[in-house]
Amino acid sequence: MARRVAIVGTGQTDHCSHRPDVDGREMIHEAVIRALDDCELTIRDIDAIVIGNMDHFESINYVDTWSVEGSGGVMKPIMKITTGGTTGTSVAIAAYYHVASGLFDRVLAIGWEKNSESDTTAAIITCSDPIWDRFSYSGAIPSLATEAVGYMNRSGATQEDAARVAVRDRTHALNNPHAHLRKPITVQDVMDSPMLAYPIKLLDVCPRTDGACAVVFAAEGTAEKIAPKPAWIKSCAVRHSITWFGDFDFNAGLMSLQRAAKEAFDRAGIKNPVEDLDVAELYLPYSYAGLKWIEDLGFCGPGEAPEFVGEGNTDMGGKIPINPSGGVISTNCIGATALIRVAEAAIQVMGKGGKRQVPDVVNALATGFGGCFWSDVVVMSTQRPY
Amino acid sequence: MEKIAIVGVAQTTYERRKKDKTYHDLVYEVTVAALQDSGLTLADIDNVITVSNDFLDGRTISSMAVGEAAGAHNKNISTVEGDGTFGAFYGAMRVLGGFRSTLVVAHSKGSEGSSRFITNAMFDPIYQRPLGLDSLSSSALQANAYMAKFGIAEEDFAKVSVKNHGNAKNNPYAQLPMNITVDDVMRSKKIADPLKLLDCSPISDGAAAVIIGNEEIVEKSKTRPAWIKGIGHCSEEYFLGDRDLADPRALRNAAERAYAMAGISSPLEQINVAEVYDAFSYMEPLWLEGLGICKPGHGHKMIEQGITTMDGSLPVNPSGGVLSAHPILVAGLARIIEATLQLRGEAGARQVDGAGTALAHGINGPCGQSHCVWILGAEV
Amino acid sequence: MKDWLTDTEALTLKGQINLPYTWWVGDVGSRFLIALRDEKKILGNRCPSCNTVYVPPRRNCGRCFVDINEWLELSDEGVVSSYTIVRFSHELQPLEPPYAYAIIKLDGCDVGLVHVIKENLESLKNGARVKAVFKEDRTGKILDIDSFRLI
Repeated sequence: MARRVAIVGTGQTDHCSHRPDVDGREMIHEAVIRALDDCELTIRDIDAIVIGNMDHFESINYVDTWSVEGSGGVMKPIMKITTGGTTGTSVAIAAYYHVASGLFDRVLAIGWEKNSESDTTAAIITCSDPIWDRFSYSGAIPSLATEAVGYMNRSGATQEDAARVAVRDRTHALNNPHAHLRKPITVQDVMDSPMLAYPIKLLDVCPRTDGACAVVFAAEGTAEKIAPKPAWIKSCAVRHSITWFGDFDFNAGLMSLQRAAKEAFDRAGIKNPVEDLDVAELYLPYSYAGLKWIEDLGFCGPGEAPEFVGEGNTDMGGKIPINPSGGVISTNCIGATALIRVAEAAIQVMGKGGKRQVPDVVNALATGFGGCFWSDVVVMSTQRPY
Repeated sequence: MEKIAIVGVAQTTYERRKKDKTYHDLVYEVTVAALQDSGLTLADIDNVITVSNDFLDGRTISSMAVGEAAGAHNKNISTVEGDGTFGAFYGAMRVLGGFRSTLVVAHSKGSEGSSRFITNAMFDPIYQRPLGLDSLSSSALQANAYMAKFGIAEEDFAKVSVKNHGNAKNNPYAQLPMNITVDDVMRSKKIADPLKLLDCSPISDGAAAVIIGNEEIVEKSKTRPAWIKGIGHCSEEYFLGDRDLADPRALRNAAERAYAMAGISSPLEQINVAEVYDAFSYMEPLWLEGLGICKPGHGHKMIEQGITTMDGSLPVNPSGGVLSAHPILVAGLARIIEATLQLRGEAGARQVDGAGTALAHGINGPCGQSHCVWILGAEV
Repeated sequence: MKDWLTDTEALTLKGQINLPYTWWVGDVGSRFLIALRDEKKILGNRCPSCNTVYVPPRRNCGRCFVDINEWLELSDEGVVSSYTIVRFSHELQPLEPPYAYAIIKLDGCDVGLVHVIKENLESLKNGARVKAVFKEDRTGKILDIDSFRLI
């Protein structure tokens, strides 16, 4: 019988555009120490380590073996999980299974990236199939822009509607000492920013960040001894199947998110997301995702997102605050980003959010996005799963 | 640990170059074959773990190439970037953690990249990569350290190549079945002392898949299950100079974990057949020491003592081992598959009679920094 | 149905990934490389918990998981603990073969440094004493040490 698993501690570096003072191993070490301090454990208490990033951003092969000095992996079981942008949630889910399997009691999940060490777009282009897609794939932004155009055509959403999402996330970041971008912006600022690929403008999209995140997962029986309010993992689901970009229907919803959410919500007993969830840390790499994908999650009906967001339902104090941390639009150290969503959702459940705490959180949602329009969904709670 | 087993296996033949198959083709081929082997359908597979490496594939997010080919459409999926034994370890944890079954599939095409650049990239970019180190030169350092510590001769390592290439003649999947002598190995081209061409594994293309299932899935499958009795993994330090390259303590730790789970207290007596990751001839004796199958410094005597030969009490690498076929990442999964075939009695000409407990082993990182050990049993 | 497969020529597409990288060395590594560049000195540091002296210096000890703050100057001489003579040629190499890689225990240090040895390869053996040879033009890289030579 699978064991119940909870998150009992998290740690992050203070994310920023460059970290010249540390190499990758040393940056990982910072996040690990902060996570251990957060739950008052030492590295000796950790039974196994799971780590991930996107290889071509730092050109390190076998990152798990390279990083042991910083991750705490010397003479420990280590494993590397990587799935592109979804790496962080895939790492979290792997840590969950390490513990749920009964083989390990306390497992450390680490996500990291030093985006400043390479040309992010050039590296991302190598994710595309070299024969069929690479000649036409020019990075994350144009493919997301294509999705945005499809959505605007169907829903009548405007660029200003999307800008409202960016403004929300950037405003929330002001409460998060770890966030990379911590200056407020207005809808007009977004509209005035340079156009990258219609309709995505500079301020609609995430930055490139150096940062690391570490999260401690523990088994029922030990979790309660470590954290006063552990964040129990109620469910997790993943859909990563598309291989070629042409197979993605840019005119339809984000199918991977719909399917992963359905499975995760069913297992967690989430019937009406806006009512049953108290906070959501969503992997929104650009503003239009904050409209289209919340419809895919069932926060509102098709085409209703601009109004739902515009009325403040997803702001702090609203019905379902989204990204109290500032989200991906404020911080994007890619290999860590999805794990940060898990960490931030756990922070909310554990009540450790400080200025960004949403009151009375019981159920929290974290999502990951990446690859070929893939999605990961994790639901956690103050309540144990059945 | 709950009862879980390997219920389906499949591997491609291993070749220097499969020029008419893409990664997608290879993964699809073994996925279909593993399902056929097990008698299960895609609907019985709850989730998929793919195993790939971005440098090998020339693609960041290398998993993107193969998810659909592995039958993961509308299923849960994840990706381990590391040897297949680690991927299968995660697959096993997913079954213990709630799924009924996991399909684990690994692929690689050494023919499609430069092994020197790819393995150079595992070295630290500041302190080691500029020196031009790669897996060949670093492994040569390990071989030298091992020989120096215990006074082992190159001829002793050569015997491993002779044994394993000879064993490969019984393995229809192997790339390099060969009749060679110690003399042939000693006269083969020098690569980096003490490694000569015939001390080294080849560059290979291939793919392999296993299906791991819980008892319900075992009931449904038509194969004889290879029960997963013990699994363990562990890594030591990263910098080569921080390690005693002749003392595989991470392997010892991984083996202890697996043995404890499986109730193995005397590996030499209790294990009937072993498939260990011999990327180079010196690695077989070194890993046998780390596995506790013999004392430190005695690994190189196991062949002449007739223990690890096909007619010995613990045949090692009846398949020909990694020396006979080295598709990176796949090779560890192939060791698990070979162990499974032995337990099923389906290993044909390379069968070790009456094999009831088998060991499979894989490595990751420079000079075997990280190890994964599997103990499989024919009885539940 | 499948006959066309055997008659079809398997095409290949050649490509090369060229990506630029600029790795941050970090404060600890920078201090080490700058000492090589400006002073021809090899620095190490010592873990306060297990007393292991490391080269290159580390921010934290991987075994004890504590910060390392005590720096020391290491000797530029040491002993070869293992080596290999490389016989194959590749564009990644800093030298034309034959040359050797060696793991060198510098005097005063507890771990080995991997570097290269160019000359007197016939006399190279484990236990041999070697000394660092610095380049004239140094830029803050590990190869500011040109190589080690047998003494």
